[in-house]
Amino acid sequence: MKLKKLIVASSIVATGLMTNFAYAADNIKVGVLHSLSGTMAISETTLKDTVLMMIEDQNAKGGLLGKQLEPVVVDPASNWPLFAEKGRELLAKDKVDVIFGSWTSVSRKSVLPVLEELNGLMFYPVQYEGEESSKNVFYTGAAPNQQAIPAVDYLINDIGAKRFILLGTDYVYPRTTNKILEAYLMAQGVKSEDIMINYTPFGHSDWQNIVADVKRFGSEGKQTAVISTVNGDANIPFYKELGNQGISAEDIPVIAFSVGEEELSGFDAKPLVGHLAAWNYFQSVETEENEAFIAQWKKYIGDDKRVTNDPMEATYIGFKMWVKAVEKAGTTDVDAVEQAMIGIAVPNLTGGIAVMNANHHLSKPVLIGEIQEDGQFEVVWETPDTVIGDAWSDFLPSSKNLVSDWTAPIKCGNFDVTTAKCSGQKF
Amino acid sequence: MLRLFPLLLFFVMSFNASAAVSETQQSALPLLVEQLPNTKLNKMAPLIEQIAATSAPQVRAILQPLMDGDLYYLKTNKRVVSVYKNEQKQYQLTDVLSAEALPAVKKSAIKKVRTNNRLRGQIRDLLANLDLTNTDTDIRIAALKQLLDNPNQAGLVAVNKLIKAEKDEDARELMSVILLIEQLQTGSIAEKLSAAKQLSNRLEPTVKNALVKQLGSLPSNAADAETKELKTVLSNAIDSIEQQASVFSLAENLFFGLSLGSVLLLAAIGLAITFGVMGVINMAHGEMMMLGAYTTYVIQQTFPNLIEYSLLMAVPAAFLVSGFVGVLIERGVIRFLKGRPLETLLATFGISLILQQLVRSVFSPLNRQVEAPQWMSGSLEINPILSLTYNRLYIILFALMVFFSLLMILKNSSLGLHVRAVSQNRDMARALSVKSSWVDAITFGLGSGIAGVAGVALSQLTNVGPNLGQAYIIDSFLVVVFGGVGNLWGTLVAAMTMGTFNKILEPSMGPVLANIIVLVSLVLFIQKRPKGLFPQKGRAAE
Repeated sequence: MKLKKLIVASSIVATGLMTNFAYAADNIKVGVLHSLSGTMAISETTLKDTVLMMIEDQNAKGGLLGKQLEPVVVDPASNWPLFAEKGRELLAKDKVDVIFGSWTSVSRKSVLPVLEELNGLMFYPVQYEGEESSKNVFYTGAAPNQQAIPAVDYLINDIGAKRFILLGTDYVYPRTTNKILEAYLMAQGVKSEDIMINYTPFGHSDWQNIVADVKRFGSEGKQTAVISTVNGDANIPFYKELGNQGISAEDIPVIAFSVGEEELSGFDAKPLVGHLAAWNYFQSVETEENEAFIAQWKKYIGDDKRVTNDPMEATYIGFKMWVKAVEKAGTTDVDAVEQAMIGIAVPNLTGGIAVMNANHHLSKPVLIGEIQEDGQFEVVWETPDTVIGDAWSDFLPSSKNLVSDWTAPIKCGNFDVTTAKCSGQKF
Repeated sequence: MLRLFPLLLFFVMSFNASAAVSETQQSALPLLVEQLPNTKLNKMAPLIEQIAATSAPQVRAILQPLMDGDLYYLKTNKRVVSVYKNEQKQYQLTDVLSAEALPAVKKSAIKKVRTNNRLRGQIRDLLANLDLTNTDTDIRIAALKQLLDNPNQAGLVAVNKLIKAEKDEDARELMSVILLIEQLQTGSIAEKLSAAKQLSNRLEPTVKNALVKQLGSLPSNAADAETKELKTVLSNAIDSIEQQASVFSLAENLFFGLSLGSVLLLAAIGLAITFGVMGVINMAHGEMMMLGAYTTYVIQQTFPNLIEYSLLMAVPAAFLVSGFVGVLIERGVIRFLKGRPLETLLATFGISLILQQLVRSVFSPLNRQVEAPQWMSGSLEINPILSLTYNRLYIILFALMVFFSLLMILKNSSLGLHVRAVSQNRDMARALSVKSSWVDAITFGLGSGIAGVAGVALSQLTNVGPNLGQAYIIDSFLVVVFGGVGNLWGTLVAAMTMGTFNKILEPSMGPVLANIIVLVSLVLFIQKRPKGLFPQKGRAAE
């Protein structure tokens, strides 16, 4: 009898030990939610590869918390509702500990309710329109005050621009950004007849009229500049048309928020020389970290001609921060990691330090570069210090009183400073 | 630099000041050039000004490459050189001061002298002033245009001196416009009056801006007759300019419409054969265009030195590639689905996905770079406010050429006769010993081949990527249905109508809304006339 009890007891202990052991051997799962097909594949495939490269690198260093990282890659196929479905699949079925994903704002908005419902954690690596701060998302790309606003300052102060043309693709990011920019320009004393706004569909390729309009708008004797939030590959025919209609960067410079090294790599950049882009990172920045990163990327992808870009840096920073936060929290539990993330600092690739702030946005430097013949950017202006990302724009009446602070005692993404209340909106 | 300073001092002192000013300045040039590599971007403007002010013979050899981004310096000794990249991808160097050719080096040995937009603009103005005395008339005119856009004192003085000696009609006219604008701004009221009258038929934007500015600067409640007269003359001049401008802007819109129409025509014309004549709903039609565009890419990669001729070579090659794939699809899939349109639609849609994934695997999902030959770039300037871009002009011509050659094939060749016979009455044609299955394959190949040719043209307008075809497939079906299935002329008229209608709507309501309106009106039209603009008549229609 005693013997029997002993056997039972020891077998219970053994099973317990075994499950424990099995748990230890379990991997930490990292979900990758980037489109690998459809229109956004061109941009997002690169980010998937970046995450995989970072995972491989981390595993080579011995993993995280003594465990190996295991990527789970899904393809939401540039289909916005599919982001929610695939996000649910990652969290509920694959039980991933963290997700790196999304590019367009509409895809982020699609997956957001799922993240909040299942308490997932996502790192979003692309510059966006702001007006959002979710407990479950860390925004490692630029908020408008880290890209759009400094770019306009540059146009006004350094280029001397008096008239502005806001061109954008017709979806949430350009529309919100342009609303902010219009309010900001008006606040700077630009008259409404000196602002022209135009939207085009995704993948627009016939730019004849619009460029002719730009030319006409710019020929009224005042320095004119174009602020472009045109997304994806619609940019190439746009710049081509500019070149063909004889508009050079000296006459009407175009400053773009969505054109980076990757977009230019499929294009003969000669007609674009001198046009501008505002980012928080350029491949051409000469620092040791950046050179190491570029070399690592080229080696991983096995192609010497591949370039790096800003969302890749944002992915890099996000991943490094998550690793640090998990080490600090000692667990991959979402709530613990979320609290540990705030205040984490890692070196960025342009020689500064990226800090995660209480509003889930990063501190970033703002750089403005001119396009060179080889498709790279030459930095012509940069902010002296890093700029703290502002989740809620100060230039929109609906959001100027809101702040986001995920630390105690506020612990809320949309705290109204006048009423001292959270709006109750979930994100 | 410190080392050279005494030397400069020596030069300055050793020449008689008044007689040798320019020579002294010229001798300062090496010193100024030496500063180029170390100067920060925001300090460059005065340095460039000083370099130009030396009026040394080398000024152009320094500023031109600086503007073009070809000015570098050797990392070893900071010697400033202009760089030319030769065929073997070597960097050939020329010393900008001595014009001495230096041995070719690798890219890593040199570093670029940085510029930005502002500096490039400044240099362009400076060089334009130098060009005012150039012996080549075209260069002189370009310089005058630059001066017209960005007037500066030195240029104005030069033009004042040069106008008497100028022999070329156009150049003299430009010069007088420049001087008239100056007169309009600074002259007496009488001078302003005559200037405004003479400028009233000039279309240059600068002229209109000067007139508007002048009108705005006059007091609004001026009492004296002269000012009043000047006011009316000015506003009349502005009105007349604006009137002309609106006529040209209408012409411009028409051109844009025709150009969009020709793109639609190119995309739809192959489909007019496979869908219109054969009745096969081919969802992979767009991918045939994509294959044609990729063929252009492959040809440019294979013959990197023949970019200028690459499109001419690509046209037959794309026709063969896409035509061959088309024949394969017909033989392998479509002929088994004859008379089952729904299955054909699904099967060809599947094929389109397979083809997209195929190029994604072979060429990567990223867009490929297809270069535009020199002759396709730039624009034909008709007057200062109307210019037609060459690539669009050529594509309109090309679309019409393709259209008429296809028409010839269908009308005048025995293949065309067979195609028409089979499409009108298959059984009767077979009874008359037409090999109908062979005709089907060839017809499908012809339609696909033409789609490939369209792809070559599209590679010049849009991105060459796996999704290229999808952007055009809907439009192509619309054009064919709108024009009347089975009618090539209908396709032509439909494409041009849709293009022009779209472009006339676009300026007032934006591209998104214009597109929607075009679609809605098309749906309404089809409701009214289900068989399109030019329905087939007679027995063939059944």
